[in-house]
Amino acid sequence: VPRLIAIGLTAGVFSALFGVGGGIILVPLLLLLAAYTPHAAAATSLGAILLTSAAGALLYGLRGDVRPAYAALVGIPAVAGAVLGTGLQHRLSGRALTLAFAGLLAAIGVWLIAG
Amino acid sequence: MSTTTVILAVTLGLAAGVLAGTFGVGGGILFVPALLALGLGQVEAGATSLLAIVPTAAVGVLRQRGRGVLRPKDALAIGLASFAGIEVGIQVATRLDESLLRRLFGVLLLVVAAQLAVQRLRHTRRYPGGS
Repeated sequence: VPRLIAIGLTAGVFSALFGVGGGIILVPLLLLLAAYTPHAAAATSLGAILLTSAAGALLYGLRGDVRPAYAALVGIPAVAGAVLGTGLQHRLSGRALTLAFAGLLAAIGVWLIAG
Repeated sequence: MSTTTVILAVTLGLAAGVLAGTFGVGGGILFVPALLALGLGQVEAGATSLLAIVPTAAVGVLRQRGRGVLRPKDALAIGLASFAGIEVGIQVATRLDESLLRRLFGVLLLVVAAQLAVQRLRHTRRYPGGS
């Protein structure tokens, strides 16, 4: 339990700082520190993300930083994508998909640093 | 906002959802750039991304249910512990210079991209623990 609390605290700081759910940091920490299997780490991470992002959205919302219309603009297609994602997972090569995702993130990263 | 940026936002949103379903993340890593492209500031984009993550992660959790891999007590412990961290993160994010925060986020994306590529390019992949 102390490890889970430390993992949660770290994920919370990360989440609020960058506006991410914390899955990026939760999944590796669960694998390394809590001896999780990859599937259990991904699933449990999603459960924790739900709580973390809801609390983060609420606290930022109280400060007036949340723009609900914009959240809907990206969030609604994402819900459709999440439903599709599980179905597509079995058809796409995991390796090609991961490398394409890595390429996309790298391109966005360069754009953010340079811009 | 122009039609092009709206199409871009919707496309990135859709991609974020597919990734959430596939990799078990909430999709924020793509929401933030999409919101920045729409003209939001870094703090606003992060705050708004958190709201967009809620339904996406909820769908992911519902789809995982019944597979027996989600550990609800652990998820609850981590989620509750994260609340204290969130307050720290908000204080830091709102005090930092936005362009510095944006560059730090860019660095984070490069690190995640490198980590994913290295993991995938290794032929034999081992996980600590396991069952």
